[in-house]
Amino acid sequence: MTDLPPDTAPLRVSVWRGAKAGAFETFDVPMQESQTVLDLVAWIQQNADPTLAYRYACRVGMCGSCAMMVNGVPRWTCRTHVSKVMRGGTVQVAPLRNLPVIKDLAVDMDPFFDKWTEAGGAFFPTKSRADAVEPILPETPARQEADAAIECINCAVCYAACDVVSANPDYLGPAALNRAWSLVNDVKDGALDARLTAVSGAGGCHNCHSQQGCVAHCPNELNPTASIAGLKRATVRAALRGKS
Amino acid sequence: MLGVRLYMLQRLTALIMAPLVMGHIAVMIYAVQGGLSASEILGRTQGSLLWAVFYGTFAVAVALHAAIGLRTIIHETMGLGRSSLAVLTSALFVVLAGMGLYAVYAVTA
Repeated sequence: MTDLPPDTAPLRVSVWRGAKAGAFETFDVPMQESQTVLDLVAWIQQNADPTLAYRYACRVGMCGSCAMMVNGVPRWTCRTHVSKVMRGGTVQVAPLRNLPVIKDLAVDMDPFFDKWTEAGGAFFPTKSRADAVEPILPETPARQEADAAIECINCAVCYAACDVVSANPDYLGPAALNRAWSLVNDVKDGALDARLTAVSGAGGCHNCHSQQGCVAHCPNELNPTASIAGLKRATVRAALRGKS
Repeated sequence: MLGVRLYMLQRLTALIMAPLVMGHIAVMIYAVQGGLSASEILGRTQGSLLWAVFYGTFAVAVALHAAIGLRTIIHETMGLGRSSLAVLTSALFVVLAGMGLYAVYAVTA
């Protein structure tokens, strides 16, 4: 990053301070070329207020740690350029929606990952190390469905974008259901019926209204709504077979 | 708060309603364009098992479909718990089905 000319006006960055109760605090941050929203937050913590709490790790869009609400929209902040989101020289940064705030911009991710477990997100192997490696053919329809869902980085942007999660706290959410769908299509997995039962409960896939907020905001351009639609079909077939 | 069984029931009732809605619209257009009076309509429907089954099925499907949909809306807007929702969904079904079947009875009996 390089500094812009010295006469360039600083960016007015409003940052949430506190937990559930709190208020926005505004900082003036020098503008730089190719600056990301995570750069803004890091500058504030390193130069203006070291008590600012936030979470990040890889800074290259792989780890899913740094998602926040930027001008009211859930985004991965390390890959969000300030120039694309600022409004009249201001940016507002807040903790992710639909998750409890620990402090400032750091949210408690436990409810999000607990739902991955609830949705049957753990892989159940069908072979031991003594068995031959199962050949996986990339062109099979099931593998293509699994591949389409598998690039999730667990950033919880979809969870923050989902209005059903807001309205129904039991709802498992797009990411957990997308994970379940990738395993439903994994021929190496041996827990199909248990997983379909797990996603058919009171907070399961049938609660999705297909509004596609998750699709609109997923930074990896995944389609959790399509995964959830796949789960709805699979669970109906299982129910007709008397399996759930 | 929508499990697979209520989800399937709502889709099944939608499947049932789709052709019945088309039939109902066709009947309405025929009745209006043909200029049928109320007594002429009643003359065709009263004592007709066909119309009783047609609109009776329609009324029950609507009551089931609407009660499940309202259950979701009520849960998401008011946050009612499982048992309250079960009572409310059942009550909505009974009221809607009762009103619908009473109307069907009134024009086909």
